[in-house]
Amino acid sequence: MSTVLPPAAGGPTSPTTDPSLAEGGGTGLWKDAFRRLRRNPQAIAGAIIIGLFLLVAALAPILAPYGGEALPGRTEITPTNIPGPGELAEYPLGLDRFGGDVLSKLIWGAQASLLIGVISTAIGLAGGMLLGLLAGGLGGWVDSVIMRFVDILLSVPNLLLAVSIAAILGQGPYAVMIAIGASQLPIFARLLRSSMLSQRGSDYILAAQTLGLSKRTITMSHLLPNSVGPVIVQATLSLATAVIDAAALSFLGLGGGVPQTAEWGRMLTYAQRELASDPYLAFLPGACIAITALGFTLLGESLREALDPKTRQK
Amino acid sequence: MLRVIGKRLALLVPTLFGLSVLLFLWVRGLPGGPATALLGERATPEAVARVNELYGFDEPILLQYFTYMGKLLQGDFGTSIITGRPVLEEFATRFPATLELSVVALIFAIGVGIPLGYMAARHYGKLVDHGSVVLSLIGITVPVFFLAFIFKYLFAIQWPILPPDGRQNPRINATHVTDFYVLDGILTGEYDAAWDAFQHLILPGLALGTIPLAIIVRITRASVLEVQNADYVRTARAKGLMERTIRSRFILRNAMLPVVTTIGLQTGLLISGAVLTETVFAFPGIGSFLRDAIFELDYPVLQGFVIFIAILYALINLLVDVSYSVIDPRVRVQ
Repeated sequence: MSTVLPPAAGGPTSPTTDPSLAEGGGTGLWKDAFRRLRRNPQAIAGAIIIGLFLLVAALAPILAPYGGEALPGRTEITPTNIPGPGELAEYPLGLDRFGGDVLSKLIWGAQASLLIGVISTAIGLAGGMLLGLLAGGLGGWVDSVIMRFVDILLSVPNLLLAVSIAAILGQGPYAVMIAIGASQLPIFARLLRSSMLSQRGSDYILAAQTLGLSKRTITMSHLLPNSVGPVIVQATLSLATAVIDAAALSFLGLGGGVPQTAEWGRMLTYAQRELASDPYLAFLPGACIAITALGFTLLGESLREALDPKTRQK
Repeated sequence: MLRVIGKRLALLVPTLFGLSVLLFLWVRGLPGGPATALLGERATPEAVARVNELYGFDEPILLQYFTYMGKLLQGDFGTSIITGRPVLEEFATRFPATLELSVVALIFAIGVGIPLGYMAARHYGKLVDHGSVVLSLIGITVPVFFLAFIFKYLFAIQWPILPPDGRQNPRINATHVTDFYVLDGILTGEYDAAWDAFQHLILPGLALGTIPLAIIVRITRASVLEVQNADYVRTARAKGLMERTIRSRFILRNAMLPVVTTIGLQTGLLISGAVLTETVFAFPGIGSFLRDAIFELDYPVLQGFVIFIAILYALINLLVDVSYSVIDPRVRVQ
């Protein structure tokens, strides 16, 4: 990196103690990446989208006019007519076939989707990093066994793996979280392992070995922190996939709970019959899924760009 | 070349073996055990006991595994709970529909994706480029089942120019020889039947093809951008080769390697997309059958499906590797 210049005028100060460099230099990998992210409109857009959805999800109890599974408009719907957006003042986005308030369900759905997305990615990340760390750190037969296991998981498409796991765990949000997490695990394991392998021959590892540091210290405090970059990027992108996959699983009927559960994928399942008469029932939750996924994708890709050594000098 | 293929096929064996163990344990680990898996959730205890004896579920687990493996190797995936017919037979009748759909989706994705990605790279930073980047971003973030809804609403309900669901108009009395409806119509000379079947494929095909399209556009664009400034391209220009030759023989060909990998990967993933797309369009393929199997917890079908897909997936990957050596002579030498 060219940003670290020797201190001017022969002063004996090291770069870390020089206040001007510590403040404005931004020489650390992550500090540098963050600085570049702030200047990238794509990253800002992604962050704003996610921030908004997070805010809505967190404030759902205050923002939503009705409870997630409440059916306040039960008496308003008839077999031939479901009041749409703007038809009744107390239900600004209309009602669904059960008499649920669409606006409230979208708001509670944000909470459900983000929670499932974040928790399932966290499960996949934790499991995948553990496997990757063991494989990349220990090597040898442990590496072979773990990688064969990962290969088996990778031999089935992601969504189908999630479907199979959710089917055995029984229907419900926890099954969906574990299933999606498990389906993402192989990617993280692979990424961390290959990233660690590529760092292994680096000079700083050699230096640490020469200093006589233990293998554990080298792996945990040197190799791991320098290898997590690609994994973090993938985790951000995986959040988008997780939100979409969670919606897909619950669209396929694996979400569990009562039919009127406030969950975006579920809302789409029940919008099928009324597509011709009340298309908003499908379009609103569908747009919510797409926009959330867009937010995570924008942020993830900007992060990838910011951390990529090829583009970093800009 | 044959040795490479043989080696790759041999590598497939341990993976499939591991998968079969996992799947075996999977059904054994179901709440209520394999008998419940066969009979469904509402089985009586007597029926469960009878099935346990009949299928040998009370025998030692290792013996059960060998029996199960033996059957699997003979192509016996068990019997579907929903239909009561052998799983393999069910797949065989439904697979042509999904294959037909996947082919339409892939032709759309490749046919539009590569030219669009190439144009975007050639006009880097111009309107075409920005447009294709935005378009591919939308393609990646919009869930396939939602896209299917949008297409269905726009082109089958709002402007009913295409059929909203099914595979062929039931009023058309078509003869079926191969179970590929479009092909059948052409073979038997029933062109109206072929045309009708094709119309039924358009909307689900477009919906299914959009994600691979988006990804192919991005990869092609990135790959062409990288290759078009390579030294050998500059050399070719310096030699005074025709621009057309440079573009087709030097840039496009060298840029195709990552694109081919992507196409292979996406072909395998089409099956997941098909489950969702076929559900929205009530398309009677393997995907909508799987959805019913998930709904009814038809484990023999789910189990068979996972193995089936794993094999298919592996074969596609093999095909990708083989096509490398066709595209890139450097791979052939190694």
